[in-house]
Amino acid sequence: MMKKEILKLRDVKVYFPVKAGVFNRTVGHVMAVDGVDLDIYRGEVLGLAGESGCGKTTLGKAILRLVEPTNGEVTYVSKEDDETELTSLEKKDMDPFRKKLQIVFQDPHSSLNPSFTIFGSLQDPLKKFGVNSKEERRKIIGDLLEAVNMRREYMDRYPHEFSGGQRQRIGIVRALCLDPELIVCDEAVSALDVSIQAQVLQLLMQLKKDNNLTYLFITHDLSVTEYLCDRIAVMYLGRIVELCDSEDLYKNTLHPYSEALISAIPVADLDKKTKRIVLEGDVPSPVNPPKGCPFHPRCPKAKDICKTEVPTLKKYSTNGNEHYASCHLIDLPEIS
Amino acid sequence: MAKTSLDRKFDQIKKREEEKSFSIKKRSRIVSKFLNNRLAVVGLIIFTIIILASLFAPLLSPYDPMRVDLRSMRQAPSFDHWFGTDSTGRDVFTRVLFGGRVSIFIGLGSAILSAVVGIAVGCYAGYKGGWIDVIALRVSEIFMSFPQIILVLLLVSITGQSLFNLMAIFILTGWGGMYRLARARMLSLREEEYVQALRSFGLSTFTICYKHMLPNALSPIMVNITLSTAMFILTEAGLSFLGLGVPLNIPTWGNILNVAQDILILQNYWWMWGPVGIVISVFVLCVNFIGDGLRDSTDPSQQG
Repeated sequence: MMKKEILKLRDVKVYFPVKAGVFNRTVGHVMAVDGVDLDIYRGEVLGLAGESGCGKTTLGKAILRLVEPTNGEVTYVSKEDDETELTSLEKKDMDPFRKKLQIVFQDPHSSLNPSFTIFGSLQDPLKKFGVNSKEERRKIIGDLLEAVNMRREYMDRYPHEFSGGQRQRIGIVRALCLDPELIVCDEAVSALDVSIQAQVLQLLMQLKKDNNLTYLFITHDLSVTEYLCDRIAVMYLGRIVELCDSEDLYKNTLHPYSEALISAIPVADLDKKTKRIVLEGDVPSPVNPPKGCPFHPRCPKAKDICKTEVPTLKKYSTNGNEHYASCHLIDLPEIS
Repeated sequence: MAKTSLDRKFDQIKKREEEKSFSIKKRSRIVSKFLNNRLAVVGLIIFTIIILASLFAPLLSPYDPMRVDLRSMRQAPSFDHWFGTDSTGRDVFTRVLFGGRVSIFIGLGSAILSAVVGIAVGCYAGYKGGWIDVIALRVSEIFMSFPQIILVLLLVSITGQSLFNLMAIFILTGWGGMYRLARARMLSLREEEYVQALRSFGLSTFTICYKHMLPNALSPIMVNITLSTAMFILTEAGLSFLGLGVPLNIPTWGNILNVAQDILILQNYWWMWGPVGIVISVFVLCVNFIGDGLRDSTDPSQQG
């Protein structure tokens, strides 16, 4: 089957101005997302990994225009292959696409409004998208609650009556209630207990199968992505440094940063000694990223060229699959 | 295995639950916490009594608060005149009751109206941010930095004393505080993820900030309304005492106190200013107790 895109990101940049002084002048920019090209295919689970502050959440929000991208294009491709560029749309013209793109948030405690019942806070979006009768709204939310293994009656309860895992499932219900095509899971399980994590992940996979969903799965936990994702993109300082099939990322790692991340995954095997690569220092400030390769100050393999030239994302082939990486030190032949 | 008494108790509860006779009373935590605060409850009771007494003043007193009766001037408290009479023979008790109507109306009315203005501006500006917020912030600062008493003098000298003027000035100088409170709450609430989720559905700004966010910002505002009610009543009393507040012919608590400017009255006729002074103090105290109780009971970080 041909892979069809659902979302195409081209050179997406999100800069936040840094203001200082009496007159609030802009003295610089936080380059949270600094030129990301990415295709998300219909029906896949694309993992977006990276450490805190690398811009993965900002990228996820930029797709939904919760954060306005400073530059670049986000193109939505419908099932009928109609392409729409989202960032240039007027706010009100976004509505039909808001239905298709949804988000599940990280913190189950702040993601539900404490002063409304579940039904109370979920019914407004439904109302807005034309579900006018109350019975119908109750039915939709009730059905979805059952789909996430909760009881229908829970819709009349308040958020403080639920546990973290339950709240997260309600968050999933909210994302699902308009029958979306792409869901951005922004660290959707990282605030949960490990046992609950597995439960919620399984639920997400089940829902994906049932509803033909596509996930952009944002996480800092590579052990989760391995289990879930078809492809993984690794981000560092606002850029994608490696993008490939998830299996290849673990077996044929190309970028030294991904290598370090993978070496940090704990292995449940006493005999197996893994060589842990410990990165020195912190992520450089996204206000003035280092010259050359943004990773070079921490890279154990850095050479002179890394300090001066910015590597671009190049296409290689591992295991017969496409494999993108941006590093000067890869000795595989580049594919055009 | 033999059933212990604990087992039996448990069976009973289970049975009752199955019969659904087990009515779980869902009194909200806020209400029960408020009722546990004795001072607040006492405050609420006295507050209610004073308000009801003022509302039903004509039923409680046979006198007309405005009627001058020169035959019964400056009488000490007696069975006929509970708080005595003033220099023109008007019944002080009746005047305190009727005065309560105006004073409480001014206090509560100004507090609620300035809260409405402050919330309306604060919610929108706090949620939206940007230039709207900057302008609203500066305007509120200008109003708050202007001395209230000079505004009162200015308006009284231009348009004369009136109840409306006083309330307008209270609202003009009072909305800034409410605005800042609402704005500050909105600034922290707008980063909450449920707000982001609502935005991701493309709901209108109006729905998001007034319907979904405002209920979560309301508890400190409620407290502030009670506290500023007390403050406005005191200010009204103070201004009326100086002769700048409500026109003297309308009985208000401040206007009744006004007679105490006369040293003769202050020294010889304690009933003309004593009782009304006590009523003002008690009422303000009660309102403050209620405010404290509300603050404690709506603050989720205070347990118990």
